[in-house]
Formats: sequence, C-alpha cells, structure tokens
Amino acid sequence: MRDQLTNRIDWLLIFIYLILVMAGWVNIYAADFDLESTKSIFSLSQSSGRQLLWIVSSIVLIIIIFAIDYRFFESFAYLVYGISILLLVAVLLLGREVAGSTSWFEIGSFKLQPSEFAKIATAIGLSKFFSSASRKVSDNKDLLISSLIFIVPICLIVLQGDTGTALVYTAFVLVLFREGMSPTILMVALGGIAVFILTLLVNQVVLVIGIIVVALIAAGIMARNIRNGLIIGAVAIATIGIVISVDFVLNEVLKPHQQKRVMSLINPNADPLGVGWNVTQSKIAIGSGGFSGKGFLNGTQTKFDFVPEQTTDFIFCTIGEEHGWIGSTIVLILFAVLLIRITVIAERQKSDFVRVYGYSVFAILFFHFAINVAMTIGLFPVVGIPLPFFSYGGSSLWTFTILLFILLKLDSHRMELLQRW
Amino acid sequence: MNTRAVIIRITIVITVLVFSARLFSIQIIDDQYKQAAQNNIIHKVIKYPYRGLITDKYGKLLVHNEPVYDLMVIPKEVNHQDSTRICDLLEITNQEYLDSYNKAKRYSIILPSIFYDKLSNEKFASIQDKIVDVSGYTIQPRTTRSYDHKSLANVLGYVGEVTASQLRADTSNYYRSGDYIGITGVEKYYEQDLRGKRGISYQTVDVRGTVIGEFGDGEFDTLPESGNNIQLTIDLELQQYAEKLMEGKTGSVVAIEPKTGEILAFVSAPSYDPNQFSGRDFSENFSKVQLDSLKPLFNRPIQAMYPPGSMFKTIQSLVALKENRVGTKEEIYCEGDLIGDLAPPGEYDITKAITYSSNNFFYKVFRRVIQQGYDENSFIDARIGYERWRSHVLDFGLGDRLGIDLPNENTGSIPDLNVYDRIYGINRWRFSNIYSLSIGQGELLVTPLQMANLGSILANRGYYYTPHVVRAIGNGTSIPQNRNEVGIDPAYFEVVVDGMEKVISIGSGIRAYIPDLPICGKTSTVENPHGEDHSGFMGFAPKDNPEIAIAVYVENAGWGGRAAGSTASLLIEKHIKGHITRPWTEAYVLKGDFADERPTNESD
Repeated sequence: MRDQLTNRIDWLLIFIYLILVMAGWVNIYAADFDLESTKSIFSLSQSSGRQLLWIVSSIVLIIIIFAIDYRFFESFAYLVYGISILLLVAVLLLGREVAGSTSWFEIGSFKLQPSEFAKIATAIGLSKFFSSASRKVSDNKDLLISSLIFIVPICLIVLQGDTGTALVYTAFVLVLFREGMSPTILMVALGGIAVFILTLLVNQVVLVIGIIVVALIAAGIMARNIRNGLIIGAVAIATIGIVISVDFVLNEVLKPHQQKRVMSLINPNADPLGVGWNVTQSKIAIGSGGFSGKGFLNGTQTKFDFVPEQTTDFIFCTIGEEHGWIGSTIVLILFAVLLIRITVIAERQKSDFVRVYGYSVFAILFFHFAINVAMTIGLFPVVGIPLPFFSYGGSSLWTFTILLFILLKLDSHRMELLQRW
Repeated sequence: MNTRAVIIRITIVITVLVFSARLFSIQIIDDQYKQAAQNNIIHKVIKYPYRGLITDKYGKLLVHNEPVYDLMVIPKEVNHQDSTRICDLLEITNQEYLDSYNKAKRYSIILPSIFYDKLSNEKFASIQDKIVDVSGYTIQPRTTRSYDHKSLANVLGYVGEVTASQLRADTSNYYRSGDYIGITGVEKYYEQDLRGKRGISYQTVDVRGTVIGEFGDGEFDTLPESGNNIQLTIDLELQQYAEKLMEGKTGSVVAIEPKTGEILAFVSAPSYDPNQFSGRDFSENFSKVQLDSLKPLFNRPIQAMYPPGSMFKTIQSLVALKENRVGTKEEIYCEGDLIGDLAPPGEYDITKAITYSSNNFFYKVFRRVIQQGYDENSFIDARIGYERWRSHVLDFGLGDRLGIDLPNENTGSIPDLNVYDRIYGINRWRFSNIYSLSIGQGELLVTPLQMANLGSILANRGYYYTPHVVRAIGNGTSIPQNRNEVGIDPAYFEVVVDGMEKVISIGSGIRAYIPDLPICGKTSTVENPHGEDHSGFMGFAPKDNPEIAIAVYVENAGWGGRAAGSTASLLIEKHIKGHITRPWTEAYVLKGDFADERPTNESD
C-alpha cells in the first residue's frame, strides 16, 4: 500500500489556513496604508512587509513540524509542558516590562512571549493527561488535575499582568466539556457571568428584587419537595451574593483600566474619546462599510492612527469597512468552516491524545475568534487578543500555525496510531 | 456521534450567526454609523515649523525665512475652462499649464500637489482675489530661505526639495515628498537642529472635503516646534573683506582663532550668490552654477588638495627636533648643490633656514630623519625612519579629516609605506626616492583648512582646537571642542616661529610686513604641472598671544609671497586693527595681476 503523505493530509484545512493568512496580510497593508506616502506591501517599514516575513517563517515552521516524528509530541508532552511552565516563571523573574506587563523576553532585538507558546505546551500537556484510558473527567480527582494543567499557566500569566492572554486559557474548559464534564459546572460558570453582566446593566436593588421574584416563581413550579426548595433557595442566595460582590470586584479587584473597559462596554458613549474610543471608532468603521464595503484601500476610518491596534487587535474593522457585510460574513464563514473542520478531524481520531489535542486547538482558536470579533463589534469588553491568522504579529501567527499544523501532522498519521493500539 | 460534539458545532454556527446578524444591524440597518463616518473623516494637516535662523559671530543675521506661497491643485476638481484664466494670472503658456497639471495628476487625482511654487509676496497679493473662486486651486503658505548677504554660500549651503533616494534612505520616516532638506554646508550638517519639529493638526472634514472643525478640540494635535537658531563663528565683516579681496581669483582663504578653533573667515573663490538657490529659478540657476568651469560649488577650503610646498618646512623642522636629529641652534653648512635652491650657500640653523626657505638645509635634515641608522640595510632603515616621521606628521592633523562641521571634507594625503611599496617595490626605496617630501612636494596633499590649522598649531605652540564654523545652537549652548595635542615641546616651536617672523620682516613674505604688527608666516609656491604655480601663504599674528591664524591659496598666481602673502596680511590687519594702513597693498591685491616679472628680493 503506497501511503503518500499528500493523500493523508487534510487539504481543506490547509486551504482555509492559506486564505485566512493571505487575507490577513492584505488587510494589514490596507490598515497601515497612508495616502500621503504610498509604500509597497513588501516594504519592511510597513507592518505588511514584516508580516510577510512572519508568514514565510511560518511556512518554514510547517515544514519542520512535518519533518518531526509524529510520536514526538506525545512522548515528550510533559517535558514540553514542564519547560513552558519554567519559561513562564523565568519571564516573571527576568522578563522585560512592556506597557505594564512582564511577558516578554528580550534577546538582542528579538522578542519572545512565552505565554503565547505555552498555549501549545498546555494543549499537548492536557492531551497527554487524557491519553491514558483510565482518566475520566467524571472522576473528581482527574478533573482537578486536568484543570490544574491550565490553571497553573493562568495564574502565572495573570501575575505577569497580561489578563487578556490568561483569559484565553479558560477556553480549555470547552475541552473538558467535550470530554464529559458535568454541564452543571459550565452552567454555573456561565450563569455567574450572566449575573455579573446583569449587575452592571441593571440597578442593584431592582436586580435583587428580580432574583427573589424569579426564585419564588421557580419554587412555586418546581419545589415539590424540600430538597428542590433548598437548592432554589441556595441558588437565589448565591446569586444575590454575586450581585453584591460585583460592586466589590469592580471597585477593589479590577485595575482601573479594566474597570473602564468593562464600563465602556455597557455605555461606550460615556467616554467616547477615552476607553470607549476604540469601540466607537471600530463600530463606525465597520458600520460605514455598508453592504459591500468601500473597496480595497478606500477606507477612510481605519487609516489614521487613532485606533492604536489598527493592524493587530482591531484588524477586523478594516475588513468590515472596506469589504462590507459581505466580506465580513465570508470571513466569519471561513472561520466557521475551519473550526467545524477541526472538530471533525478531532472526532475521527482513534487516539485519545490526538482527539483531546484537536479539541484544544479548536478551543483556543474559537476563543480568540469569538472574543476578538465580539470586541470589535461591541459585544464584549476590549481584551487585547489577536484575531487568529489575521492580526499582525509574529508570536501569535507562529503559535496558531504550530497549533494547527501539529494537529494536521498527527491527523495524517491516524492510521498508524490505530495500528499501534 | 458524540452529542457534546454536536453541541459544540451548533455553538460555532450560532456564534457566527449572531456576529453576522450584529454586523447586518450595524452595517445595513442602522444609519447612525454611516452618518458618523461622514462627519468623521479626519484629515491630517501638517504644520511646518520655522527653520532655525543663522547669524554670524556677532549676531548679524545671515539667513532668515521668507514667506512664499505655493499654488496647489487638486486635479479632480479642476475645470479646464478656467485654463486661460490661470495662464493669464500666472503668466505661463498653455503648454506649461498642461505640464504642471499632468504632473500633479500623475501624483494623485484627489490629493493636492504643487501647481506653481514659490509665488512671491507681491505676486500672491496681485492674484489672491482672482484665484479663490477658481475651482480646484488653493494657496498654501510656506517659507523659503532668504540670505541677507551674498556672502558665505559655501559655508551656509542651501536647502532643496528632498529627493526620492533621500526619502528611501530616511529610516525615521520623517520626510515627505515636497519637504525641504539641507543639501550642503551648515544647512546640511545641522539639518537636525535647524529643521525643528513638524506639527500635526487633525481636522474633521465631511465627505466633500470641507473642513468642519478641529477634531477632538485639538486634543490630539501637536504644535510645530521651530528649529534652533545657529550662531556661526564667522565674522561677517572679515568674511566680506576676504571675499572682496578674492574677487576675480580662484582659491581659498581660511582664518581661524587659534585659542578656540573658531573659523573667522572661510572663502572659496569663485563662489555664488546663495539667493540664486532659493527662489523659483533654482533649477535654472543651479545648472548655470554647476556648469561654470571654475566650479563655484567646489568647496575649495576643505575639498581642494594641493602639495603644501614650503609651508611644510615648519613641520619638517619640528619633526626633526622631536626626533633629535637636529639641535635648536645647530648650524649646517649647505653648498646648495643637492637640490635646486634659491637660498645662497652658507651656514644655516633652523631659524635661518626657514627665513630664507633653504631647500638644501631641509633636504639634509629630512635625510637624517629618514635614515636614522636603525638598520644596516638602508632600505629597511628608511622604512623605520619614514614610519616615525609619518606618525609625527599625522599629529599635525594631516592625512585625515580634521572634523570640521561641514559636509564633504577631504582628507588630504600623507602616503603610507604601501604607496611607496607599490611605486618602487618592497625594500626598493629609501631617502633618495622620496627626498622631494623634504620641501613639501612629491606625494603630499593638504587642504587649505589643514594649512590654516597648521597656523593655529604654530600660534599655540603645539596644540589646536578642532576648527569649526558653528559657535552655538539654540539658546547659547556652545559646542565643546576637543583640544588636540601635537606632542612636541613648545620650546622647539620658538625657533620655528622666529624664522616665520623673519620671513615677513626680511624674507619672501616682505609684502606682508606691517611695522607695528609682528606677523609670523611662511610662503609657498605650489608647483602646478598644469600651468602657472599656485601662490600660498600660512601664518598667524601677532607673534605673542596670537589672535588669528590664516591660510591663503590663490591658484595660478605664482609666488607665494605676492598674492597669498599680501591677501593674508590685509586680512590680519583688518582683523586686529580693524582698518587698513597700506592702501597700495590693497590696490595691488584687488587689481589681481600677480604674474609680472620676479623682483630679485623675493625668493621662496
């Protein structure tokens, strides 16, 4: 049986990857484009020129990944994970502080962000943990250990002051969900977040009264026995506790810039030139794109340096403005196809390691995609995380590329993995 | 299939649907964002800073900024029916109109570009009213450089539009097409100080481009910062006198204040009127000046290189003293037969040898320096001697740039061993091959600035401050200068300086003699294979507590004592006394006819 690599690779995924990366490159050029000094898309003084270097180096990375033995990733999983944790600790002690976060190593002019690459290591580490057939999420001890695998990096990254990146690691909850975690935990977590947001939107007293009313109605319908009644009572009291503590969290726990970001979500017009500025400008840019957009390089809203992350976190604005609803929706669909395809690949694995890894890749990409787009269209507070494959930046493009192509590599060996077990 | 997997896929689809619906709402249903965008087109308007002014040592204004007006055009808005009106107003032909229009169109159809640049104040006033209602044309005020005197073009330099290659080389991304940048001289060397900092103002305009107002109440604007004013070390009065004396001649004058290294006068003759390069007729004037066979753009004091000639005998004396190859009072008998000489045979010590410029004395002394007997093999011995000699000569600031604060300084040349190895072969040359160096001829090359600096070294008896033309930048922050030591005992200088004094009082520099002003100097007649010899003079005055060191070169003017010596003495007198006591010498220099017969009392 001639089993060529080219026959075993999932070309659809590679195709979408290439489209997204090239579209990102072109949009970075558009976002950086200045009518007064038109420079070439290849010019290294432009972000687009430098992004091309990152794209080319990503292709080199892909070749390296395909050259590595597929068993490497599973065999050395804990070693890779351990090294990344050490790096996260080291950057805390030795790293350079940039804009309030100590998340960069600087070696000469080369900058490295361990929290980016730790995403890969955490994904591999978590997969390794579940590769043993005896491990079950339903087992409380295993659930705790598996959660610690991503909670440890979260804590270290929060200590670095980079809350946005730390938030990404919560995406691993999705992996646990797929592996059978009780939905109640997820529900409770989501419910807590919903109540938190409601607290910001609605007057505290009104909300407390509302909760009591809802609890009484629920009790009337469901409290056929004392146990149910107690549960409903406990939930209501816990919810009121959350409502009251939100005030505390907002004022005492969150840093001032985070408070402003949360508040600006609720009312961006309150401070249109301050924190709400990015969101307002972003929405104006996207909104002015209309149905089919203003055309490539014809955007007027994204050409000035007011939105500081024009080429990075807010790159979706440029798509919205220059390519309109049609262009944005095509990009959204491409991401949907990419994400669903990743779950399809994950599901077809016979190896637990590869399946869990597949869902880890899915979880990270989905989280980045959803939060980034939600932020630019004003559905979520401003969190500085990039749009996968689109945003300018070497660390993030490399991370997403490595994540995705390790999956493709492992997937191309799924028959051999089957033979092994 | 796993139900959880299904839930996850449904979540993806729902997320994308929600996003798409939200986008549909803000992009298609809701009009508020489109309206906001129309009121929210932000234009960056560059506010140009004033370029720094340049004054002379005493604060006399040399360069200032003059308002001019550029007529800008936005091709898209032009109505060609207005073309005759524009042509009449600007007094241009229809062809010129089309050329300007097409050039603007090639740059951009919607952005303004210059249609007619540098309208003078008067012209602007006369057409201002008539041009406002012509669609597509606007007037943009700007400043241009204006020079208060016709002097000093080669020091000041000029500014011009930044070139495409300069734009590419500009890594800081500061310059934009159409910006002015210093091209030569102080304007170039001090570009960073003079240019100031551009300001940016953000203006909100509507879709039709009409300015609605300051964006964000000017919160994001940056104000332009004027460039720093620059005070030169040049004494304008002395400079103008020097230029007058050099009129109609080709050559250089550099005068330095020895105790500071400040350059008092700096003449490159012939020169040009700097105003030629700032007006509308820049390109026409520039090519005229550039094609001039006497090369007015060639900055002779720092770029022309000549053999030093007899001036170099001062250095030869000091190097020989330093190397202990001759004593301060040692007399050497010279037959006058070793090398052509105008000095009569007899006993010479250093002072007398300099006074009468004895070639044979320096031939002998230089031989002692080169062939010191370090090695039995005279070829190897010459290498060792030459290396020692050369390292002392380099200490006088020769063979390399002095580091004046002007661009494009030349190094001159003090050949190293390799040069002679190439000419004669390794260990195939010795003193007899290089003896012409003893009298400052041969392969030596120096710039007039280096010779003026030699005057400074002699005046200071052994050190110099790096010569410079800028005294202070901005609010009197003067620039610290390096004191460079030559490393030779000041006592050795005295015998040389005595000789230089006698050069003026009884030797070849007699024309420079002023009874109550002791000038020390040395003349050179620089051999010129292409024609009449060049006349050179280097010296300083007064002998004690010198106030000025000077070098003068007049090309094709023959003997050093005449054109160059006379010019130098007039400038020294002007600087120290403030007036001229010898009108006949002034008339002689101004007449400029130096090539008459040789009087017998003048030798070189």
